[in-house]
Amino acid sequence: MGMMLNRRKLITAVGAAPFAALAARSPAMALDVDVSGGKINPLPIAIAPFLAGSGSEEVSAEVAGVIANNLGRCGYFSPLPPESFIERISDFEAQPNMQSWRQVQAQALVTGQAYMDGGKLRVSFKLFDVNSGQVLASQSLAAGPKLSRRLAHRISDQIYQALTGFEGYFDTRIVYIDESGPKSQRIKKLAVMDQDGFNAHELPVQGDLLLTPRFSPTANEVTFLSFGTGVPRVYIYNIDTNQKEIVGDFQNMSFAPRFSPDGGRIIMSLQSDDGVNSNLFEMNLQSRQLRQVTNVAAINTAPCYSPDGAYLAFESDRGGNQQIYVMSAQGGEAQRITFGKGTYSTPVWSPDGKWIAFTKNANGKFAIGVMKPDGSGERILTEGYHNEGPTWAPNSRVIMFFRDSGGGENGGPHLFSVDVTGYNEQQVPTPEFSSDPAWSPKLN
Amino acid sequence: MMMTSRMTGFRIALALTCAISLAACSKKNPNGINAGLNGGSGSDLAAGAPAPGSVQEFQTAVGDRVFFQMDQVMLTADAQDTLRKQANWLSQYPDVQIQIEGHADERGTREYNLSLSARRATAVRNFLISEGIASRRISSIAYGKERPAALCDAEECWSQNRRAVTVITGGARTS
Repeated sequence: MGMMLNRRKLITAVGAAPFAALAARSPAMALDVDVSGGKINPLPIAIAPFLAGSGSEEVSAEVAGVIANNLGRCGYFSPLPPESFIERISDFEAQPNMQSWRQVQAQALVTGQAYMDGGKLRVSFKLFDVNSGQVLASQSLAAGPKLSRRLAHRISDQIYQALTGFEGYFDTRIVYIDESGPKSQRIKKLAVMDQDGFNAHELPVQGDLLLTPRFSPTANEVTFLSFGTGVPRVYIYNIDTNQKEIVGDFQNMSFAPRFSPDGGRIIMSLQSDDGVNSNLFEMNLQSRQLRQVTNVAAINTAPCYSPDGAYLAFESDRGGNQQIYVMSAQGGEAQRITFGKGTYSTPVWSPDGKWIAFTKNANGKFAIGVMKPDGSGERILTEGYHNEGPTWAPNSRVIMFFRDSGGGENGGPHLFSVDVTGYNEQQVPTPEFSSDPAWSPKLN
Repeated sequence: MMMTSRMTGFRIALALTCAISLAACSKKNPNGINAGLNGGSGSDLAAGAPAPGSVQEFQTAVGDRVFFQMDQVMLTADAQDTLRKQANWLSQYPDVQIQIEGHADERGTREYNLSLSARRATAVRNFLISEGIASRRISSIAYGKERPAALCDAEECWSQNRRAVTVITGGARTS
């Protein structure tokens, strides 16, 4: 009993949630103690101040802070305030006094230490089940001192995984569009940041109107749309080599690019010669062979592969307005999967293949939702003036999107994340207005 | 009184335009230093009308943009009227090159709006061609929802942003 039971309760809650009806969210929900009806009850967790070697006090506090921030933001945990702690950990190797941690209502305890070890920062942690005193996870990691936050993200991933059973997603990045300047002439640049909003920086890619960046499966390349001289075109930028290359020098506009799961191909839309339609084309990046995937007199765009590469989801107005279709990546007939009220667009397959996230426009509102790849089980996660462009965390548990709440000439979009259950909506901090987020796979 | 001050403001603006064209002129062609002055002191200036064949004339006397219904690419009667005027003006000034900018309002998703605005630019381009303007004079670009002209969160602005703008890219008279 005790902790193991609680653990199971948490896992059950999180696992069952996607299939539960979306309950109206209320401020009281997060305070619910019992897990029921798909609500998530955050697990109280104590992250004890990490011990520090001489000169490592600051980085040690930073690491513990990053871990607490990650676990708190993900919605499954409630980090307890360190001021309330009774025991002061002074020896990393000694067994903590579990009674004192039970007393502050902690169900899990994280202890750790950080010190410089031959030019590298070494961080060790232990995760305890407070009720049994058992160690659930522990590890010692080392990296260059500048990578302290990444070490903290990796430890967060291990804690998250040990307690929820889901793969961690904290050691990841977001590529997005940084927006600045007046609304009528907004400057849109490529930017990258850690998933928690830290280390945001612009990528040195020329152009003032860059859109829809998407990571390659190895996260070292980004494909995007660039307005330059002439028509807008699809490019690939390599973050490691700082090289930019065009993906096919087409006479007509190319747009809405995305990598195939193996990274070897780009799927995108090409405007037709008559300027009226857009169809899907796949470019093999090795052979530079172009393959036409759809040939329908309509707007066919926003394509996305299934994670196994066998299928494509995309939007098309072939039936009169924007709806989502699924087809074999090899070609052939496409099946419409959306039949609800309104229009559906920007389909994005979850990395586990079980869901397609989308933007829905109905009753003058823009919503983010998920449905199964056959179109069943639609659930709206958030709805408002304007929400658009979902992207999945690599563990298929969290969705990021951008939201514009209006505001006329002073308004602009921001990034938000939400649990796949619709619970735990959070703004993701960015230095400026921001849009078009795309989540990286887990970093190596 | 009101009228007078407006006229004065317009004259100042025109005078400034002349000064700019004079500067441009003298840089490009040191021998043609009077060209800008001659044009600038014409009788049209006194009457407050933009110079014939100028970008200003096209924008003010002809109309450089047409508007679309929500999610539509069909040219309304008003739009066709404006485009006929554009075609008429363009046939008077055969050196003028244009680019049609297609735009969408903010009430759509990014990729779709790019495609929708491309369709709008194409609709305008095709209409001008059907009115006798040579296709080689007309390029087009789709801006999607990226360059709104009117900035509010209501239909009164969105209706102004669902547009195609005919931008003169070369060959217009500067004086």
